[in-house]
Amino acid sequence: MSAISSSAAGSGERGLVRRLFSRPTSAAGLAVLAIILIAAVLAPWITPYAPGKLSIAHRLQAPGIAHLFGTDDFGRDVLSRMIFAGRLSLTVGFSVVVLSSLIGVLLGLLAGYFRKLDRPLSRLIDAMMAFPDILLAIALVAALGASAANVVIALGIVYAPRLARVVRASTLVIRELPYVEAAKALGVPTPVILVRHVLRNVASPLLVQGTFIFANAILAEAGLSFLGVGVSPDVPTWGTMISLGRQYLDQAPWIMFFPGGAIVLTVLSLQLVGDGMRDLLDPRLAKDI
Amino acid sequence: MSLAAAESTQACAPLLRVEGLTQRFNLGGGRVVHAIEDVSFDVPRGAIVGLVGESGSGKTTTGRSLIRLVEPTSGTAMFDGVDLFSLSPREMRQYRRRLQIIFQDPYSSLNPRLTVAAIINEALDARGFDKARAARKQRIGELLEMVGLRAEHAQRYPHEFSGGQRQRIGFARALAVEPDFIVADEPVSALDVSVQAQVLNLIRDLQQRLGLTMLFISHDLAVVEYLCDEVIVMYLGRIMEKGPSQALYSNPRHPYTRALLATAPVPDPTRKRERVLLKGDIPSPINPPSGCVFRTRCPHAIEACAATLPPLEAVGAGQQVACIRHHELA
Repeated sequence: MSAISSSAAGSGERGLVRRLFSRPTSAAGLAVLAIILIAAVLAPWITPYAPGKLSIAHRLQAPGIAHLFGTDDFGRDVLSRMIFAGRLSLTVGFSVVVLSSLIGVLLGLLAGYFRKLDRPLSRLIDAMMAFPDILLAIALVAALGASAANVVIALGIVYAPRLARVVRASTLVIRELPYVEAAKALGVPTPVILVRHVLRNVASPLLVQGTFIFANAILAEAGLSFLGVGVSPDVPTWGTMISLGRQYLDQAPWIMFFPGGAIVLTVLSLQLVGDGMRDLLDPRLAKDI
Repeated sequence: MSLAAAESTQACAPLLRVEGLTQRFNLGGGRVVHAIEDVSFDVPRGAIVGLVGESGSGKTTTGRSLIRLVEPTSGTAMFDGVDLFSLSPREMRQYRRRLQIIFQDPYSSLNPRLTVAAIINEALDARGFDKARAARKQRIGELLEMVGLRAEHAQRYPHEFSGGQRQRIGFARALAVEPDFIVADEPVSALDVSVQAQVLNLIRDLQQRLGLTMLFISHDLAVVEYLCDEVIVMYLGRIMEKGPSQALYSNPRHPYTRALLATAPVPDPTRKRERVLLKGDIPSPINPPSGCVFRTRCPHAIEACAATLPPLEAVGAGQQVACIRHHELA
């Protein structure tokens, strides 16, 4: 039995960002994310070259003073393209996480909480998960038409079942807990029970899944672009840069290395922030420094 | 036992009259769990009625059916003149705040993500309490002090409290809606003995101060004797015996009640009690025995016990017993 601690966990979810900064790991994650985001937003003003500027004379140059991250097979500056690519990659990543969370949470809560809906919804989720991710995404994009928005919609639908499963599993457990019954006994309306009691307690696994999906979405967008069903190859994304740089892996590894590094850094920092948020959102783990 | 409660028992109609409550769960494949079969009892206003029995006797299900956390299969529950079981879910919502429940497990009965203030606020919302912040804050403070906590505990989270303190928070939540009737489902079983005593005293104190009516579910006979005005003994979903606690404890008539009392420790080495040891386990409620459900473990069972279901018969002073041999065994 835990004694009453004097911790001021009572400060709730206010000052979450400040408390994230007080943890070294999540502070590092936040800082890196902030740099990547600011760079993407300010891309037109901070890049040394225009992202699409061709210069065959300078093709496949190794990183150096003129081109910090080298140039690609058309002589385009890798650093400039990478910064511009962040715009679309991050937008796709975040949008897919938001969309798939909306669909997944709704499906998962309904399937987990209402017994009658469980069977049909679970079968639907299983059916969707039976397809390989990329194949389903290709089919959806092909049906919807190739555009950044449709890539987001397709990937949002593809990843929703994973979240739905996580939410459903947790909901099945939480539904039977006495605090949910206590709320029922008070006559609390079901939607309020779902949000206040169930969803709040599903937040941790949801955040962890969300960071995975962000990473997967960036890579899947690359795959779709590579296969020609994603965004136009003229628009740089981290994914298209990697897939185009792949054929020069022997001569010019930097074409792939830097956008790949950008993905790794983004995902890593997101996961650090996600871990920190998970701990801080749980009053049992929250500690003020 | 409070004198006031005994008086009101005779004075007015019971607050809750349960008749023929039956709860079956269909497992599919023709298998049905007979959790509760034809249970009838009264809960007088201002009284604490104890519901005892071993695990699997259906006592918890009875409590949960009454406030419709599970939908009863059949029966009626007249609460202040209205049959709770015939209300639509919408109408039931209006009645919910008059009926509250306190759970056994002090750990899972409070949402770990909410502060104590938020937990009690939810109950105040259900009550339709004044939305003004200051009034709320004051009321939450009052409720916490009523259950022996301090007003400043409101900003803490459940994990910062001990089991006994959490159970007090559960009480504060239940009392926040000013209910007429409380189902207390083994509220002290999960607590240390020393803490049990404190919480029991709190229950008794609150009951006397607020005139609460309560169904107190427990497997602990000593606790029930201390707290309850009337006792109902259940076995395998049926009532074996019921009556005023003094009469029932001093003169148990049903072999099952005797066996239960014999297993309960008595803090008096000179006092002798009839030793009746039950053999075997409680039978499966999927296939309950024919006739008297207790006959498979009863030391006095005869052939006739398997033939008929013994009705509850009055044996004087409000005591009723369901045993065809109670005359011979008396």
